[in-house]
Amino acid sequence: MASTRCAACKYLRRRCPSDCIFSLYFPSNNPQRFAYVHKIFGASNVGKMLQDLPVHRRADAADSLYYEAHCRIKDPVYGCVGIINILHQEIHNVQCQIAKIQAEIAFLGTHAQSDQQLQIAPNLDPNFLAEQKGLSNSFDDSSTWFF
Amino acid sequence: MGGNSPCASCKLLRRRCAKDCIFAPYFPSDDPHKFAIVHKVFGASNVSKMLQELPLHQRADTVSSLVYEANARVRDPVYGCVGAISYLQNQVSQLQMQLAVAQAEILCIQMQQEQAPITTTSPVLLEEDDKSSLFLHQNDLPQFLTFSSSNNVIYDSFKKESLFGQDMIS
Repeated sequence: MASTRCAACKYLRRRCPSDCIFSLYFPSNNPQRFAYVHKIFGASNVGKMLQDLPVHRRADAADSLYYEAHCRIKDPVYGCVGIINILHQEIHNVQCQIAKIQAEIAFLGTHAQSDQQLQIAPNLDPNFLAEQKGLSNSFDDSSTWFF
Repeated sequence: MGGNSPCASCKLLRRRCAKDCIFAPYFPSDDPHKFAIVHKVFGASNVSKMLQELPLHQRADTVSSLVYEANARVRDPVYGCVGAISYLQNQVSQLQMQLAVAQAEILCIQMQQEQAPITTTSPVLLEEDDKSSLFLHQNDLPQFLTFSSSNNVIYDSFKKESLFGQDMIS
């Protein structure tokens, strides 16, 4: 006859009552789930946390406890906080990239406007002026508008 | 730390604070809340085991992260730190979309300027009504800053580990 105990009661080697707080969230087919949670938080604390929550929130709570326990086992020093730090860093990096591109866009915008202004202003080559006589506009031979 | 003054953990646990108390360096007596919250979420026994399994130079950071997680769990009993992770992942996704839009915009601008009808080097003689001729020298188009987009495809492992498909912002 197959055992009907949940993973928690199996791990704790006790009888699994019909109203076991763990049974819904720690099924017997996933023993690692409870093992991780018990290692980090302890069965007693997990039971208290679940009992303090309304029934419809307990599944998410059990999932998040498992996720945190898993992170802590993978990274015993920083756990979930390590992931949060990395995410903060990534947010900062992407924001810097966005700011850089926006600055480039602004620069290109102003540069395009100044190019249009340069096209309108005449560039006077003295050699050309020497060839062209009778111009209505008199220009200073030494003046060069452009470099 | 004097032997007469128990650390916060030994005060809470009502026991004698030994000279080699594992908690004493990280839970001073002047901050009882710090240990209280860690004990509430993780339990003193579990915290002690975690610290004992780590080298000395990593224990301070471990305690800090445990305190952070415990505080997050008390503030949000359902999601704890995982709620913050989900929120930050969403933020990263939104920023990456903004980055992609900005990159597309700058590419459009670059393409438009490269296709501009004005020639780059040869002078253009323009005839005008007042018989004056103009030389127009057009410098080379400026070299645009090459921006290599670093498409940081981040956190595939986080996405794989993500347990929640929905927004968990509380």
